[in-house]
Amino acid sequence: MAAPPAPTVRGGRVGRRDDTRLALLFILPAGIGLVAFYFWPLLRGIWLSFTSWDLLSPAQFVGLDNYRAMAADPVFWNAVRVTLLYVVINIALQTAVALVIAVLMQRLSRSTLLRSLVLAPYLVSNVVAALVFLWILDFQLGIGNQVLEWIGLERIGFFTSEAWAIPTIAVVNVWRHMGYTALLIFAGLQAIPATTYEAARVDGASEVRTFFGITLPLLRPILGLVLIISVIGSFQVFDTVAVTTNGGPVDASRVLQLYIYDKAFGQFDFGYASALSVAMLLILVVVTFFQYRMTRAGQTDLN
Amino acid sequence: MHHARRTTASLAAALAAGTLALAGCAGPGTAAAAGDSVVVDYWLWDSNQLPAYQRCADEFEKQNPDLQVRISQYGWNDYWRKLTAGFVAGAGPDVFTDHLTQYPGFAERGLLRDLNTLEATADVDYGGFQEGLADLWVGQEGSQYGMPKDFDTVALFYDTTMISEAGMSPEDIAGLDWNPEDGGSFEKALAHLTVDENGVRGDEEGFDPKNVAVYGLASNGSGGMSGQTTWSWLAGATGWTFTDADVWGTEYHFDDPRVQASLKWLFGLVEKGYMAPYEEVGTEPNPQQALGSGRAAISANGSWMLGTYANLEGVDLGIAPPPSGPVGHPVSMYNGLADSISAQSPDPEEAARWVAFLGSDDCQRIVGEAGVVLPARPAGTEAAIEAFGERGLDASVFTDLVEKKQTVFFPVTEEFGAIDALMTPMMDEIYIGDRDVATLTEVNDQVNGLLK
Repeated sequence: MAAPPAPTVRGGRVGRRDDTRLALLFILPAGIGLVAFYFWPLLRGIWLSFTSWDLLSPAQFVGLDNYRAMAADPVFWNAVRVTLLYVVINIALQTAVALVIAVLMQRLSRSTLLRSLVLAPYLVSNVVAALVFLWILDFQLGIGNQVLEWIGLERIGFFTSEAWAIPTIAVVNVWRHMGYTALLIFAGLQAIPATTYEAARVDGASEVRTFFGITLPLLRPILGLVLIISVIGSFQVFDTVAVTTNGGPVDASRVLQLYIYDKAFGQFDFGYASALSVAMLLILVVVTFFQYRMTRAGQTDLN
Repeated sequence: MHHARRTTASLAAALAAGTLALAGCAGPGTAAAAGDSVVVDYWLWDSNQLPAYQRCADEFEKQNPDLQVRISQYGWNDYWRKLTAGFVAGAGPDVFTDHLTQYPGFAERGLLRDLNTLEATADVDYGGFQEGLADLWVGQEGSQYGMPKDFDTVALFYDTTMISEAGMSPEDIAGLDWNPEDGGSFEKALAHLTVDENGVRGDEEGFDPKNVAVYGLASNGSGGMSGQTTWSWLAGATGWTFTDADVWGTEYHFDDPRVQASLKWLFGLVEKGYMAPYEEVGTEPNPQQALGSGRAAISANGSWMLGTYANLEGVDLGIAPPPSGPVGHPVSMYNGLADSISAQSPDPEEAARWVAFLGSDDCQRIVGEAGVVLPARPAGTEAAIEAFGERGLDASVFTDLVEKKQTVFFPVTEEFGAIDALMTPMMDEIYIGDRDVATLTEVNDQVNGLLK
């Protein structure tokens, strides 16, 4: 029998081998999930975008036909425009409101009750929130319009006029999401060292000056990530629209997701719907890339 | 009285649903294991009709101890999605209630059985149904894809009290005429029944069309491509037809000036103040509520809504045929439902026996007696008229239209889904007032392009 190897070496080798196996074992369930429910559908979706498929008969390869049709489809381009309009209104308002709420939460009150209240709308499901606002803002019976009339203004077709549909839906979603976004930003604020604020106070800086001079620059990476997440979510708006306007009036709120859904499950044109989905994926990739670059979300100024 | 009836009906429905759920748990397993009774799965969408069909199924099972019928009901919106998913997964029903807008797509993909090839339904005499109903379900190669179950037409519902307050009688409403140029006496009646917030009627001096309290005509939206309850009875009364053939037309006629003039007249009512603007009704118009709340005086709707309108509180319901048009008489859309057998059914012969029973006098009389819809066999239709009559409702207005052949068929063509998706936003746009009806001429080319 050969001399036993040095205990340290043996221990090291054994340890490394065990780690790899164990790691693979741990990754396996998540890995299977990722491949089965993420990569495979993604690849299949991309493949389907080159086919004509109605679910019931076999898919037929049609090359770039779906993409050619898409380029010439006015409803698609309208959907892109409407979705962008929604994202701009939704994100601009939501981020501004959430930022104010978060700063107020940090600078004025640390009450847990208040924080819970701010988050409350987020606990309401999208569909329920949409239904409640549909009733509140109903042209004829909604209390919102009754109030408008009492104070001497004209009734507004919030969900039934082309000009108001998208802004209304955007604001309803701001109401639901602002608390959640505020909480994310609030977490970022906690990471800013209290000493910087103390220094600012010693220097006699006003609250406004402190906000623009310290809070905003130091919050940038968090704000960048929050923006990336909320913009992706915003692009995928669907349930609020499906419940309140179903794309109407005419095509005024026919956002991309709704058009994809209509094509797939309303008309069983899964090939075209897949092509639309790929287009949306590409738009998101480009938008996210530029956001990441512009906000330099990967770097912090805290060091 | 009505209320009590409804409670019993919904209780029965709840019980039936409960039984179904239990059967659903035990069904397939026991059937397969026992092997002595075959289970036929049957789907329908109207919960109001569920109790009647459950009674049919009970009767059928009594007559056929070797068969069991399992009924499932899904709301209209889920129904077609579930059905398609069922076809894809091979887990759909054996027999299901089918609609004219959907069956061409199914037939095209070979998902429906030809009833003529199955023993129990091969020798059915389709002349025994109300005229024309069976023909709607004959495919392009002569296959029979559905057994007629019921039919519907469209008429005017109104509140007799409101009419008499305006100094009009039910006879006045029943004798109106209409044309797309000046609207005839129909438009005059609508104007008279419209009242603004100051109490001024639509045909009086100083009427304010911007602030209306009571609209002459209840809005039921733009009607999409078929305008079943909204404009088909107007356009039809000019002699216009949807396509170049009763069924399986290959060309739509939206380029016809008659349909365009009819649409222009109808949606022109908004500016005159006789009908609510799109802004008020949105994508989910509710004409029965408008009538029930006194927001509108007359509401055009289908016979299947008869029970709903009859239950409106505080409304003394009157029913009149649509106004007589340039063709010299009223015209209604004539639509028929049928039962189809899925091509995927493992027991088509057994399914056919159930379908044959669904199309028999026995079952259609049971359905008629429930007083919900108008069954397709004359015996069933009569039972329904009687059942409605017991509640003080005159359903003969709906059946007279069929007897006198004052009808236009629901369009049965290929590509219905795509055509509807294309046209509905445009019809909404016409309703809103942002699109000229003349542009439908171009749209018609697009529609016909989809059919090629």
